[in-house]
Amino acid sequence: MNKLELAKWTQEYAKQQGANDTSVVISKRRSIDIEYRDGNIDKLAEATENSLSIELYAGGRYSSHRTNDLRKPAVEKFVQNALAMTKYLGEDPFQALPDPKLYKGRHTIDLELFDSGYHNVETKKRVDIATKINDRIQGQDDRIVSVTSYFSDSHYENVHLKSNGFEGEYESSTFGAGAEVSLDDGSGKKPQSWAYYSARHLNDLPDLNGIADEALKKTQDTVGAGKVESAALPMILQNNQVRGLLGRIWGALRGGSLQQKDSFLIDKLDTKIASDLLTVIDDPTIVRGMGSRYYDGDGIAAKVMPVIENGVLKNYYIDVYYGRKLEMAPTCGGSSNLTFKLGNRDGAAIEKDMDKAILVTGFLGGNANSTTGDYSLGVQGWLIENGVRTKPIAEMNISGNFTELLNQLVEVGNDPYQYSSWRTPTMVFDGVQFAGL
Amino acid sequence: MSDLTRREFVKVTGSGLALASLAGTLPGLAGCAGGQQFQPGYFGRFGIDSETMRKILSEALVYGGDYADVFFQHSIRNSVRMEDRIVNSASTSVQLGVGIRVLKGDQTGYSFTEDLNLESMKAAARTAANIASGVKKAPPQEYQPMILPNYYPVEMSWQDVGIDKRVAIAKQIDDDVFNEDERIIKNYVGFHDIEKYILVANSEGLLSEDYQPMLRLIAYCTAEQDGQRESNYFDYSIRDDLGFLTPERLTRLPKEAVRRTINLFDAQSAPAGELPVVLTPGSSGILLHEAIGHGMEADFNRIGTSVYADKLNKPIAQDFINIVDSGLNKHVRGSINVDDECCHTKETFLVENGILRTYLHDRISARHYGVEPTGNGRRQSFKHNPMPRMRNTYMLNGPHTFEEIIGSVKYGILADQFTNGQVNIGPGDFTFYVKSGNLIEDGKITSPIKDVNIIGNGPDVLEKVTMAGNDMALTEGGWTCGKSGQSVPVSHGLPSLLVSSITVGGKG
Repeated sequence: MNKLELAKWTQEYAKQQGANDTSVVISKRRSIDIEYRDGNIDKLAEATENSLSIELYAGGRYSSHRTNDLRKPAVEKFVQNALAMTKYLGEDPFQALPDPKLYKGRHTIDLELFDSGYHNVETKKRVDIATKINDRIQGQDDRIVSVTSYFSDSHYENVHLKSNGFEGEYESSTFGAGAEVSLDDGSGKKPQSWAYYSARHLNDLPDLNGIADEALKKTQDTVGAGKVESAALPMILQNNQVRGLLGRIWGALRGGSLQQKDSFLIDKLDTKIASDLLTVIDDPTIVRGMGSRYYDGDGIAAKVMPVIENGVLKNYYIDVYYGRKLEMAPTCGGSSNLTFKLGNRDGAAIEKDMDKAILVTGFLGGNANSTTGDYSLGVQGWLIENGVRTKPIAEMNISGNFTELLNQLVEVGNDPYQYSSWRTPTMVFDGVQFAGL
Repeated sequence: MSDLTRREFVKVTGSGLALASLAGTLPGLAGCAGGQQFQPGYFGRFGIDSETMRKILSEALVYGGDYADVFFQHSIRNSVRMEDRIVNSASTSVQLGVGIRVLKGDQTGYSFTEDLNLESMKAAARTAANIASGVKKAPPQEYQPMILPNYYPVEMSWQDVGIDKRVAIAKQIDDDVFNEDERIIKNYVGFHDIEKYILVANSEGLLSEDYQPMLRLIAYCTAEQDGQRESNYFDYSIRDDLGFLTPERLTRLPKEAVRRTINLFDAQSAPAGELPVVLTPGSSGILLHEAIGHGMEADFNRIGTSVYADKLNKPIAQDFINIVDSGLNKHVRGSINVDDECCHTKETFLVENGILRTYLHDRISARHYGVEPTGNGRRQSFKHNPMPRMRNTYMLNGPHTFEEIIGSVKYGILADQFTNGQVNIGPGDFTFYVKSGNLIEDGKITSPIKDVNIIGNGPDVLEKVTMAGNDMALTEGGWTCGKSGQSVPVSHGLPSLLVSSITVGGKG
């Protein structure tokens, strides 16, 4: 039985057993991971994972279940047990399948989520890539303690059926390559950094020598890093780090957070929440995008959606369940790809123009309070003085409140990061509180 | 991407767990008597016996690996969740499979299958075998069951607990939260239990079986006062059965969740800069987990990338400091009867009287260093290879009292509740997040503070531990450690502790 047939059979079986409605997802992921360290394969792991998950709607009650045992008799027993348990739950009038109208209007763009050359990639090729990255770094710096390079790929197939007419099926591939470098700086510390890139298609990965050089350079850059005086300073946030900060804000835009009052962005629709410079579009239609899709988990047809326009909040992420509770129309359950309105120069040009600032190139730990918007996060990067990187920074922290931070955005770069679903440009925030000495 | 950074993190476990009722009672943990041959126990129901293991290991050693093991797992997770005063969802998750590992020197070949028929298992074994390229070796004919202690004896299986009991407990907690304070506007209750059965056999003829139960119960609430909202939580996580949830504990959980939430209304943001920090006993052990625990995992030292790689048998802290990593604590979340590669679990001294003593080893690193494994070879599931991982990491009692410690601080902060931490192994920089605490002024505990990250360097901070109390406690909460893409349950603890200076990341 193929995945679609098994999903249909499971749906029918659950109905026979007393479910009013079901949502069934069957997926399969095959992946290979290679770690290559200092001249040898350190780890070669192959995996094939299957999953059947079913959401049951029975007598006004809801439950969800997942198994990796896809044998038919096992699935029968699994569904029986799942239904037996569901009757003990509370009735929830908001739990029901989405209105089928939401399924309509699915876009027909070929997103090219799957690299048709995937099956031609052989293990030798994978090992060659990891070896090439490693060889490029080895010998370039006498302080090298260890270099581990990585190559991984996966093939994912997914079938999704809902008993009120939704049917979806897609496959995707992901390739990743990178390296981690460790140096001995003579002080007892072992500075360490890495570079890693992923893409839907193998040929979209950046040049392997470039990845290798970046991993080494980033590590060399952290030698001698330390803290400087606590102060409020402009923060230049490197393009690939913007998600580390804004990602914590995005959680507060979700229907679940709003309805559970666990968000600092309640009742902000069509109000100004950020600097005029911030415009963010959720775009699921980018060809080969890491977050591209045809529909979301509720089966809602994916559409381009403005989230923030010139600092004004235009849309929340409202799924079907919390949409009903909030009496709001569903939009989509979570972000796909994010694109930003760009400025007119890149991070390097911005740095050159700074009298004194801290460039943040990485986060370490910390947390945020989604109810109040308070955040406190460990950072590393560079002190910039008169347009020059003068001291590598570590063991420092930024703290504040997101409501203020969003309005402290004073510049957006023109250099969106291409290897993530969040295509974030460099951003500059004024007057950020840094804690150090 | 985060699994590549070697920035290991610990966080309070998410609530996305699972509900199942598979027929069956507690496994007869067969083969606990020495000298006996293995008799199929729990996994007998899947047709697994000595012959199966011999055939799989035979394939695994087809190209002459140095060592091979086979790891069977069957786990069942149940979850009941409550929101807006009703039990609005329940879930179940079942995982069944077998992972096969082959070692050649320090190199690892790994493969797994979710299909427990012999042909699939042999095919997976052959994939893992590819790491080696030599002459076939013969697997053991017989398997010697390890004699294991039981650090988490239970009287009933979670599979024998009806969902109605779980629902009743969730409702009681929810009612209590709302009855505790009228400022509560929202509450979430999560009742999660997991049962994990494992069977490991290796090319040395050793075999171990374990039954690993886990409970996590959490209330997460939001309160409103004068238009201001705050959220906080309290949870228990423990390797035990339903008997753990005594009336006293069930009463305490909602009270604590509410108290912690309401307290935040009076709290201010913390100061910024280097300050003395006092940690209260319990979840503060996150400091040890990040500042020294990860850096002592032998895989990082084996390749020379840890800040502790050259410090063994050297003094790194004051002589009253003793830090252990133990799997032996009764019913504690990070305890294990045996690790995931047939090694006995232990109490391992990382630091003894201020001297750095022992790394945390798995088989690969123990062989590399020529020492006995410490029983730290753990893995998330059959889908993952074992690595050196912490269990319960804590500091033994020191010579001071809490009052002496507070009294010694002119101006600093008292850190009371913690939610997560992270470390960058190479340089040793680490963080931990303080959800709530107080200022200390002139030796007295004063205004409450909240939401501040603290950042320091492991070896540097250990040197700056100048006082340790006599009140060690392990955390009761559900902490999960992430490393190289794998999550395992852990625990940690501290006595009251003074770090004389560390960067507090407040708003200034």
